[in-house]
Order: sequence, then C-alpha cells, then structure tokens
Amino acid sequence: MTFKRTLEKLEILADAAKYDVSCSSSGSNRQNKSKGLGDASSSGICHSYTEDGRCVSLLKILLTNYCIFDCAYCVTRKSNDVQRAAFKVEEVVDLTMNFYRRNYIEGLFLSSGIFKSADYTMERLVAVAKKLRLEHNFNGYIHLKSIPGASDELMREAGLYADRLSVNIEIPTENGLKLLAPDKNRADFIKPMQKVKDEIIQYKSEKKQIKSTPIYAPAGQSTQMIIGASGENDFQIMQTSNYFYKNFNLKRVYYSGYVPISYDSRLPQIGSQVPMLRENRLYQTDWLMRFYGFDVNEILNPLHQNLDLDIDPKLGWALRNLHEFPIDVNKASKRMLARIPGVGMQSVHKIIQARQYRLLNWEHLKKIGIAYNRAKYFIVCNSNQFEKRDLTADKIKGLILQNSKSKYTNMLSNQLSLF
Amino acid sequence: MLEAKHFYYDATFEGLLTAVFKVFEYKLSTVILSKSTAAQEHLFLEAETVITDLEQSSRVWDGLCKKLSKNGTQMLYHVFLSEIEYSDQLILEFCIAIFQGKAIEFDVAHPITSQLLKIKKKVSRERHRMTAFVRFRLTKDHIYFASIEPDFNVLPLISSHFKKRYADQEWLIYDVKRHYGISYNLKEVSVVDFEFHNQLDVFKTSTDFFALEEIEFQTLWQSYFKSVTIASRKNLKLHTQHVPKRYWKYLSEKQQ
Ligand code: SF4
Repeated sequence: MTFKRTLEKLEILADAAKYDVSCSSSGSNRQNKSKGLGDASSSGICHSYTEDGRCVSLLKILLTNYCIFDCAYCVTRKSNDVQRAAFKVEEVVDLTMNFYRRNYIEGLFLSSGIFKSADYTMERLVAVAKKLRLEHNFNGYIHLKSIPGASDELMREAGLYADRLSVNIEIPTENGLKLLAPDKNRADFIKPMQKVKDEIIQYKSEKKQIKSTPIYAPAGQSTQMIIGASGENDFQIMQTSNYFYKNFNLKRVYYSGYVPISYDSRLPQIGSQVPMLRENRLYQTDWLMRFYGFDVNEILNPLHQNLDLDIDPKLGWALRNLHEFPIDVNKASKRMLARIPGVGMQSVHKIIQARQYRLLNWEHLKKIGIAYNRAKYFIVCNSNQFEKRDLTADKIKGLILQNSKSKYTNMLSNQLSLF
Repeated sequence: MLEAKHFYYDATFEGLLTAVFKVFEYKLSTVILSKSTAAQEHLFLEAETVITDLEQSSRVWDGLCKKLSKNGTQMLYHVFLSEIEYSDQLILEFCIAIFQGKAIEFDVAHPITSQLLKIKKKVSRERHRMTAFVRFRLTKDHIYFASIEPDFNVLPLISSHFKKRYADQEWLIYDVKRHYGISYNLKEVSVVDFEFHNQLDVFKTSTDFFALEEIEFQTLWQSYFKSVTIASRKNLKLHTQHVPKRYWKYLSEKQQ
C-alpha cells in the first residue's frame, strides 16, 4: 500500500530535516495566480508549534537522506547507521499540495542529502518546485536548499520557482569546517550563494525596465550556523554572521544550538546540553544589529568576546555604556530610545506617537508596555521619580536580576523567549 | 443639550453606527447603549430603540473613513466583533469624540483609545490564530470543511484571506459557537446559517462524512508533527503558550 510506504518515508525524512531551524515563510510577494492554489504574499503564519515550542509553518523534509559526505555534526552523514529513504518527486508534490489544501502549512522547505553529485541532487530539488509551480499552479511558499557546489544554471532555475534559497554554512569558521567536514570547503557554499545574490540584483534592475520579468527568489537567501559544536566564541560567530549579511544580502542568519547526535570525539557528547540560552542571546544580538541600529562591534569585540548569559545583550551594552544614560523619553531620538534596555521597537514607536499629545510619565510608559523593571534605571520622564542614586553597573545588574528572578532563573534553565 | 439618553440597538454594526448618527441628530451629550434583547426590555422604560438605518450608518462610516486612518476604522470593526461587554459603548464614545473634532486616534494613552487598542489587539490575535488553526477536512462530496470555535466573532475578518488562498477548492468554515459559517463555491464567499444535528460531533472525522484519503492525510500530518519535535529541547510550557489547549480540539495533529 503506497500510503504505508509514504508514511514510513515521511517519518525518516522529516526526522532528518528537523535540525534545520529555519521555519520562516515570510517575505515573499508571490500572489495567487489565475485562481490556483495558495498565496505566499500573506505568508508567515505558524500553523502549529512543535512540542519543543518551535513554529511549524512549512513541510520541512529531505528529498533523501542518502549522502556521499560524512560531516561529523550531521545525522545524515554517510558513516551513521540510520534508516535511509528517498522520496519520488511526485510524492513530495502530492504531500505538499494536500497538506496545503488542509491549511496545515504555508508551503514546502525541501532539503536533501547529497547523492551522486551536487548537480544531480539540485536538479531533483528544482524538479519538485517546477512541477508544483507549472503543473499544479501552486502559489504557496517554497524554500529550496542550495546544494553546495551546484552549477550556476541550476541555481538560476531554482530561483525561478523558489521563494527562498539557503545554503547552510553550519560551521562558523573555516578551521572548524576543516576539522568537522573535511569533504567540504567554504568556496562550495559561497558559489551558489554568490550566483543567487547576482541573480537577485539583476532581477531587481531588470524589473524596473521590463515589468514582465519573471520573479526570482522573492524572499531572498538565508543561512544557518550550528552553535557550540566547534568551539567558536560569540564574537567569531557574529563576525561571520555580519560578513554574510553584508556581502550576500542575506535575509536571515539562523543559529542552531548543536544537538549532540554522535559519540565522535571532535564533538560535544550525546547527553550534553543543547546551548539554548546561548542560541537565544545570539538571536537577540542579531536583532539588535538588524532592527535596533547597533553595529555588531558595539556588542561583541576583541575586548568582549562572549555574550552574558544572565542578561540580554542590550542590557549588557547599556551597563558598559552608562555614560549614555539616563535618556529622556520625552525628547530622545528614535535611535536612542531603541537603545534603552527593556524597550522594544514596538514601544519605541508608541512612545514617539504618544509623546506628541502629552509628556509621558511612568504610568503612560507602563501602559505602552515597556519592561519597567529593566528600563527604570535608564530613563527619565515626566515625573520626579527617577533613579537618583549614582549606581554602578554591577549594582544595577544585581537589582535587575533580583527583581526579575523568576524569569531569569527560568531562562537559565532552558526557557526561551526573545527579549 | 438634552440629558443622558438610553438607546437600544439591534446588535449589528450598522445599528451601532445609526446610534452615533442619532446622537448628533438629537444633539445628545451622553448616551448609554444596550443591545435589544427581550430580557432587558423592561429595565429602562424611557429607553429609545434605534432602528437601524443603512443610509445613516453609511454616512457615519464615510465620515469615520475621512477622519480616521485605515487602521482606525479597522480597529472599530475589530472591537465591534469582539462582542465584549461595553465594547459598543466604547466605540460610540470614541466616534462622538472624533466627530467633535478631538484627535484621539493616535493618542494611545487616552483612556478610550487605549481600551479600544487593547481589545483590537485581542481580536487581531484571534483572527491571526484562526488563519493558522483552521484545519480543513475533505468531505465525501469534495468540500474542504473546517469547524472552529473562536473567542471572538472573527469569521468576517478571515474570509478574504481564505478566499485568496484557497481559490481552487470549495470550502466551508463553520463557527460552532455562533452557528454560522462562511462558504466558498469557487466564485465567491457567502455567509451560511445552519445548525448541525445535536448528536453530531463536528470536530470528529467520521468516515460517514469524510473522504477516505482524509484519514490518510491526517495520519501523515500527525506523524510529521511527531517527527519534527526535537526531544532534547522539549518544552511543553512554551508549546501550550503558543497553542492554548482550548484550540486543540480542532487541530488535526492533536487528534489521536
Ligand atoms: S553533505 Fe549535508 S546531508 Fe550530507 S552529511 Fe554533510 S551536512 Fe549532512
């Protein structure tokens, strides 16, 4: 019975794909066309959450987990003793269409082990996307993995059908890569990434002249790094991240706490903890870079190479730069408001809007939703109550940790939340 | 100006807007609004019943569209659909203030505006949840059917989302709590009023009504859902925070 067989394959190939943390399905502008199925322009919905609390938005599977490579950190590596399976192109198309029709997913995220060669593998990934688009008029979201070393022609074709493409650099430094994935080199990752970047630039300029230019990878490119597998510090990780954001116009860099999957002596052993809190701090740093106007060097630099685990990176920065505070919320620029610990970007916008009508006091700020316990040491507002003591950074940190104890002890024992 | 007046209205959005119209027509200062249900009828003898007038209500709406941003008018409609007690009163008072020329829309610290925004946020969240948590099940007669029980009356807010997305399949989303649904026939979405037989559990996927392949795809989806969890990262507290238990009954991945 084919249903039974599909079920078996799905178990194996979803299980093998789950370590890729990217789940984003937003950023595309692909609309429903000629009354087909799907619309990726309003994507970004998490249809469910896994029991570890991660968003389920795409059908995330490998086309196959057969692989000719032996990357130490990967469950799919050739030397690992696991069950292997391979989907046919039609099977993936069928699952995607039927899951989408039931509103389970926003689309497909298809990756693969490398079988035979990079191009042979990439060709099959492209075939799935092409079939979905051309034969089934599917307008949902498609994320394809770019296989390291794939040819320019295939990458060009991939972008015509996919919304997003990604190559995972996985190991943040070249040395780490040499140690853990001796068959791979960075140039192979960069090649398809470079091609996609060039195509996107070309698409954007052609689009201005010729409206009918076929869309190319509208949701851009992303990558992923594994955290805690090869001994890099946070400074090295964020430098790499910054390099890829800047040089390849990446939409996202994902950080994935290494989940121990083998007894290889080069890696953390099975049973050691997944560095989830560290992963969270890296994401926070990433957000500070992308949305809060911070330069990566303000947060991590040769003098300060690792993020604090007990406090968030913005608070860490503020404590190292107390001379910038207190900030008057009724006067400060948007840039400075965004730098106040405990004040998110949403609150920044609300403050700017609300202060046009009246001078804001603590009550207003609390209503707006700032994290009062953290923010109060760094703010003055329309109130004569403000922190008048000349506190040292250590003292402030102590007070904040004391007053938000439950939250931080939770965080340290593996809870996740962004800001 | 006359003294405070008590209005009954028919609990429709148009009725509420008509009430706003009356406030200005009669030059009233304070008005207390109630939905006209029989039980309340005797409480306030001097109350007046507002008869919904589509022309007056659309004049009010057009006026609001001119004075408010798109977000502002959207906020009012969202708040109305919340069905939260006194939300209609808040809308009325907000509209009166707006037509009196008070620019309170962006004054997020204003007492009325801040309450409206809070409710709007709740309704938006529920709307968003329904775009995520609707689970279509294929019936024997090829209709993709979903049953939901949202906290607020959000069907009117999700209709265009589903129409755009599922343009090539017939579907029906049914609100079990409010006994009506929206249905799409490959051309347009319409509102359908009906009730299911008492004995029928609409959340169950019985083979009497649903296609055989439906059960298969649910099984595939459930198995997918299980496979993607990383056991060493399990965090059920976070999980239920994202997917509160009251929604589980319509999630295919949560059925056994
Ligand atoms: S090439 Fe990819 S799938 Fe194969 S072992 Fe390396 S990381 Fe895993």
